[in-house]
Amino acid sequence: MNGAQDMGGMHGFGPVRPEPNEPAFHAAWERRAFALTLAMGATGAWNLDLTRATRESLPPARYLASSYYEIWLAALEALLVRQGLVEQDELADGGARVPAVPVARVLRADAVDAVLSRGSPTVRPAERPAAFEMGQHVRTRNLNPSGHTRLPRYARGRHGRIVALHGAHVFADAHARGEGDAAAWLYTVEFDARELWGPDTTATTVRIDCWEPHLEATQAADDRGTAPP
Amino acid sequence: MSTEDDRSGPASPRPSAHGVGDASPMELRVRALDSLLVDKGYVDRAALDALIETYESRIGPRNGARVVARAWTDAAYRGRLLDDATQAIAELGFGGRQGEHMVAVENAPGLHNLVVCTLCSCYPWPVLGLPPGWYKSAPYRSRAVQDPRGVLRDFGLALPADTAVRVWDSTAEIRYLVIPQRPAGTEGWDEARLAGLVTRDSMIGTGLARGPNEVAA
Repeated sequence: MNGAQDMGGMHGFGPVRPEPNEPAFHAAWERRAFALTLAMGATGAWNLDLTRATRESLPPARYLASSYYEIWLAALEALLVRQGLVEQDELADGGARVPAVPVARVLRADAVDAVLSRGSPTVRPAERPAAFEMGQHVRTRNLNPSGHTRLPRYARGRHGRIVALHGAHVFADAHARGEGDAAAWLYTVEFDARELWGPDTTATTVRIDCWEPHLEATQAADDRGTAPP
Repeated sequence: MSTEDDRSGPASPRPSAHGVGDASPMELRVRALDSLLVDKGYVDRAALDALIETYESRIGPRNGARVVARAWTDAAYRGRLLDDATQAIAELGFGGRQGEHMVAVENAPGLHNLVVCTLCSCYPWPVLGLPPGWYKSAPYRSRAVQDPRGVLRDFGLALPADTAVRVWDSTAEIRYLVIPQRPAGTEGWDEARLAGLVTRDSMIGTGLARGPNEVAA
């Protein structure tokens, strides 16, 4: 979605301000919000792509005015209600008013190391050959879905070149819509920075990771949709 | 604690206007959520403590520094790291969540790599830990892809004009680790000593590895 999370190329936020000797968390509640988010993610009640989609669906003014973990917490609360795990009014004071619903698993302390070490790999068996090959020129599609997408605005409808193939991966855009893994080939695409920004850039090249549904062959990309040979 | 204004928006590392010690509205809200989720049996409070302890104390950029120092001193390892970073990093015992699919990108004379996540805060946790506030901030996420040299100036770093700047925007589940250039004057240093030169920022691309004169002997 064209929300406030899609920040690449926005102006006016001021300089980057590194904080010397920055702690991992800046308040006790941040620690807890972080851990609750990971622990609830481990129940399997939703996936990471839906989590990201929920965070970025905050109204832009609120997103930009919220701290990082405030966004995490708002999304966690929204997901809990949306998936039916808690009722909205239970969030107000933390008092349970309706029974819990079953979840696939509960993360126990003695399983934390193993669960973190395993992670959630997104690579999947490829069901068809890759449509694009190393070095091939491609164009990103001009997509503006109201739902989740990992194709940033600054890189839509732009010409680039395939510089890496990563195999088939869970397609985040579809995964966030609850359409299952929808595995698709994943590529790294390199853009000349001037293709993205015109003369107003100090980058030489920008590389992003794109799933196959984000890409089209340059030859097939003219407006009349002429089929390639 | 910083006293700067709050322009950094969503990335602001500052918790709230109410400070850390008292029960701020955020603190109360999280406490309510915590007790609700524990009461419902969805989360185990001991697991929460284990998660916090892991990322606050055990997983951090010292892991990545070991990977880089090994690559600097062992050509075969460097080759494996560039070929399959996930596997090579696993050789040192690191991997898992938010580092399931790793790619190592190497700086060289004339080429500087910089990593960002413009859409959220994707970052290679197993080798660098949790991202610093600035990495998650609007200023960094907005500018790194368009004006990386301007961002580097915010870090006090000016690259030669003829150095190519390659920006990596982490838009999928591939996580990137920059291998900074090995500083001159470190010939004969062993791996452990070299690891002391490898900063977190040098593995993101917002800094260089420290020189031998920048660390205590």
